[in-house]
Amino acid sequence: MAFEARARLLDEEDIARIVRRISHEILERNKGSKNLALVGIRTRGVTLAGRLARTIEGIEGQKVEVGALDIAMYRDDFATRGASEVGPTRIEFDINDKKVVIVDDVLYTGRTTRAAMDALMDFGRPQVIQLAVLVDRGHRELPVRADYVGKNIPTSGDEKVKVSLEEIDGTDMVEIGEER
Amino acid sequence: MTADTNGPRHLLSISDLDRDEIIKLLDSARSFAEVSTRPVKKVPALRGQTIVNLFLEASTRTRMSFELAAKRLSADVINFATGGSSISKGESLKDTAKTIVAMGVDAVVIRHGSAGTPGMLTGWVDCSVINAGDGMHEHPTQALLDLFTMRERLGRLEGLKVAIVGDIDHSRVARSNIHALRTVGAEVLLVAPRTLLPDRVEEMGVLVTSSLAEALEWCDVLYLLRIQLERVEESRFPSLREYTLQYGLTQARWSRLDDKPLVMHPGPINRGVEIASGIADEVEPVITGQVAAGVAVRMAVLFDLLGGSHV
Repeated sequence: MAFEARARLLDEEDIARIVRRISHEILERNKGSKNLALVGIRTRGVTLAGRLARTIEGIEGQKVEVGALDIAMYRDDFATRGASEVGPTRIEFDINDKKVVIVDDVLYTGRTTRAAMDALMDFGRPQVIQLAVLVDRGHRELPVRADYVGKNIPTSGDEKVKVSLEEIDGTDMVEIGEER
Repeated sequence: MTADTNGPRHLLSISDLDRDEIIKLLDSARSFAEVSTRPVKKVPALRGQTIVNLFLEASTRTRMSFELAAKRLSADVINFATGGSSISKGESLKDTAKTIVAMGVDAVVIRHGSAGTPGMLTGWVDCSVINAGDGMHEHPTQALLDLFTMRERLGRLEGLKVAIVGDIDHSRVARSNIHALRTVGAEVLLVAPRTLLPDRVEEMGVLVTSSLAEALEWCDVLYLLRIQLERVEESRFPSLREYTLQYGLTQARWSRLDDKPLVMHPGPINRGVEIASGIADEVEPVITGQVAAGVAVRMAVLFDLLGGSHV
């Protein structure tokens, strides 16, 4: 199947603004970057977490821990979707009593977030877990909501939201379209 | 891996895997290795699945390794060994297989003294079958964990020069490793007296020598096989002492080397036979590393077969 884009919803500058805004929101909500850690969901969530961390460090002048989470081992839909490839999980800091922000590119059914929270809990007991996403496209199947949203994009079930990021895809943009 | 269309998938021998599948398993094994370093060494990937360890030949480390791998993926594990089971009462393997099917099992990990038994088992059960060593045939997960260890330690497999020393003819570990290494583009040199080499060894696409000194000059990895003492009685070679003199990694041979190869051994080691005790201590981290790699690689195999990546 190939993705066929119908419209570009966010460009490079939009994404840069969103990263700056969410960085400020995270700092405001958590009253600074003390005890803060960002954990990205592989693969694009990790890239976004890295950008947020650098922006927050720029504002606060203090290092923020960044981790990467692969949720393939925690998925609940092997039977229907098949196991995807398992990538490395890297959380090289103690998450106990940390304020952990899970970062993902697209929030959709909420199942990935559920899996990410389960995975995170196996590493310890964070003081609080929050969720930051670049795009919220609706259609939740679990009681999950994001604390920080880049953009709300109403979609239908057969549409697809495609996030491209410079570090992985060579360019920054968010498109909506169909799989054909 | 072999599968009847839409049926359960199996891992019976290394030749079931192509290069890409091997590399994919090694990549995901790296991710599973991380699980064993966590405070909670368990992921829910295979929750609700049942795996039977059917070990009809003595094994400690392979059985423990498979059991640990399954448990770290949250599968339920039943251990079935010859001693306490009905097999010792004369129940045939086929009947045992039928019993296992009736219990609703998702995978059988089988070790058996006769080559080809795992393949036969696939005809009797409706679940995945994983070969954990069958006679002198194959031991695919051992080869995968050895490749994993080489790749992690040396950073590559393609073009790697691997010398395998010892009783190649009787070794399923050697056979699986030769196939696996050839598939990923490594060069293989077999080091053994003619009496311990299989017939038509040249057709395996490997180099052969009877000189350990020559192999040591050439190789990046020195893979020592365990010498089974009962082979001496079969007059495959004159004596253990003779073997050690010619093919043992002695202190004298070892200290002469400027560039020391990665030394590997599937365990358990016969100290003073394949390898001098002092060197065994020196290279122990690699050999115990192979054991840890075994759990990660078996997690990757179980997840790939049962996690439904090809549904």
